[in-house]
Amino acid sequence: MPDSGISILFTGSNFWRLLQGLWVTIQISLISVGLSFVFGTLFGLLMTVKNRVVKAFCWLYLNFIRIMPQLVLLFLVYFGVTRQWRINLSAWTSAILVFTLWGTAEMGDLVRGALTSIPVHQYESAAALGMDRKQTFRYVILPQTIRRLIAPSINLITRMIKTTSLVEIIGMVEVLKTGQQIIDANRMKFPTGALWVYGAVFLLYFLVCWPISSLARKLEEKRR
Amino acid sequence: MNTAILIEYLPLFAKAAVVTLKISLAGIAVSLLVGLLCSYIQYFRIPVLSQIVQVYIELSRNTPMLVQLFFIYFGLPKIGISWSRETCAVVALVFLGGSYMSEAIRSGLEAVEPVQTESAVSLGMSPFQVMRFVVIPQAMAVSFPAVVANIVFLIKETSVVSAIALADLMYVAKDLIGNDYNTQEALFMLVMFYLIILLPVSILSSVAERRIRYAGFGY
Amino acid sequence: MSNEIQLSVKDLVKSYEGTSEVLNGVSLDVHKGEVVVILGPSGCGKSTLLRCMNGLEAYQGGSITLNGELVTKDGKNMTALRQKIGMVFQSYDLFPHLTIEENVTLAPIRVQKRSKEEASKEARELLERVGLLDKKDVYPRQLSGGQKQRVAIVRALAMHPEVMLFDEVTAALDPEMVREVLDVMLGLAEQGMTMVIVTHEMNFARAAADRVVFIDQGTIVEEASPDEFFDHPKTDRAARFLKTFTFESKRTKG
Repeated sequence: MPDSGISILFTGSNFWRLLQGLWVTIQISLISVGLSFVFGTLFGLLMTVKNRVVKAFCWLYLNFIRIMPQLVLLFLVYFGVTRQWRINLSAWTSAILVFTLWGTAEMGDLVRGALTSIPVHQYESAAALGMDRKQTFRYVILPQTIRRLIAPSINLITRMIKTTSLVEIIGMVEVLKTGQQIIDANRMKFPTGALWVYGAVFLLYFLVCWPISSLARKLEEKRR
Repeated sequence: MNTAILIEYLPLFAKAAVVTLKISLAGIAVSLLVGLLCSYIQYFRIPVLSQIVQVYIELSRNTPMLVQLFFIYFGLPKIGISWSRETCAVVALVFLGGSYMSEAIRSGLEAVEPVQTESAVSLGMSPFQVMRFVVIPQAMAVSFPAVVANIVFLIKETSVVSAIALADLMYVAKDLIGNDYNTQEALFMLVMFYLIILLPVSILSSVAERRIRYAGFGY
Repeated sequence: MSNEIQLSVKDLVKSYEGTSEVLNGVSLDVHKGEVVVILGPSGCGKSTLLRCMNGLEAYQGGSITLNGELVTKDGKNMTALRQKIGMVFQSYDLFPHLTIEENVTLAPIRVQKRSKEEASKEARELLERVGLLDKKDVYPRQLSGGQKQRVAIVRALAMHPEVMLFDEVTAALDPEMVREVLDVMLGLAEQGMTMVIVTHEMNFARAAADRVVFIDQGTIVEEASPDEFFDHPKTDRAARFLKTFTFESKRTKG
């Protein structure tokens, strides 16, 4: 019965192992987020370039990444690249690569959106004050853009963390896979283990993501 | 890439696409109902229920679908709630999608200016008439792009149901990669089939968004 | 104007939760066919008073009656009662998803269950009267602010109200559009409509009002005929208020 099942979490080092798995999840997320923020900003700026070829490339990249399920992207890189070019990408590298490619597209779109949402009269008033293009960007446009970006980019972090759960499917040992292993190892002793372990994984994800998304929402409300 | 293999794979992927579509359609339809219900509960701030809905929305939006699915498929049978794979997949999709739809619909309802309700009330309309003739038509137009975007999102999310051995597009691709080593062909078909399913909805989504942003009623 | 009291406010007390009182025992009788203009500084409670009169706001003390029937926010029969009280708001209150004619006919058809033909015939007559018949098939977004407010008035009139309430209907308008709206209101006054008007247009108040009511800090400070009020305000507060609308040049000319 479930009332005894909960002790599966506190038997041996089980809970500690789950936390270690969570740490893997968080590591992948943080590295991908960091890279995505850097490349995404550059990509966002690139999207405001008026050159047609650049525009077409950006559009294609953004829309392909966005329309494909992240799991498909993960398969394309993990299986496709490996077999196609005989490059042996570890699950870890594939995961970072895919989430960075995806995060770059999402972040880029946020940056572009924030940049283009600054009304024309902001540029005009800056010009009327005698600022040159560089000064206008540095003192007028950039601060407003950053303020608009803070909440949605924090939100992107939680989306990234949730997405990392997919690496379980390509065999990485993160929090969900660790959970599976714990359940399998204790099948005889704790037949109801799945309920408690997956429940715990569910809660762990929630405890990581909820504060971050609440922060994003508070910041967004404050900005409005 | 070998065309003969592609042709050989076609029926396999077509069959799998039906599974993906079935789960998507059922999940999206029920998600819309759950979303409608939850958004109205929140919009009217119904005591107790709106707090429960809030907790549900936070849980749903802050956890991955794959974990939700594992909990439902592997966890719940331990307390006697045992469903088929298909049902589990749909329930998981609804658990996730209900909250997204609810937020989309609610933001539409809340975008209607309070003075709209007040002028309707001052014309003698009953609360039901106010919703029916004034609030809902305006809210629907505002919500529409977000609802369509959620539909795209939910179809994409169904890709994880392969993890509980449901034979959707992902599952078939993975199977073929593992058995036949025709990786390129399998991946090509996978991408093509997702494009066929997702492209039309996705185009509708961007058109809807542009229309709402730049136009509105009377243009 | 007759002696018959149509709308009666008695000792009205209104406060929002946790704040001081917005209305502090206001009493006011509006006679049939009378035009009452309510003046006062921002935040004095005049808009709140108007909203209470239409049952949009709950109040904590006193009473409001229309022909003896009690007006309260959640009272029984309020939908029936509200049909007798037309209200026009500051702005944004036309239904953006409906054409001009549909805006006017929605409530007559749905609330009063009048036939579509009859409702739309009347809507056209009313629109004609305010010079907007040619706009009947367009959407509110395509109208200017002044045109929208004229439609809002027509929409309220289509319900055949006994009293009309106007809540700063020209405050959000460009100056050149104020006139066309005020002219419609003056026309209504001449036809004998009972009206309660909150406004900042002093010249209009003087021209249209049978009686001016000056409210400050939630109470009626002064009540008088327009000429009396504008030329010889009895209270200091009213005098000071009126002074904010006049300019004295500090420059020496010539």
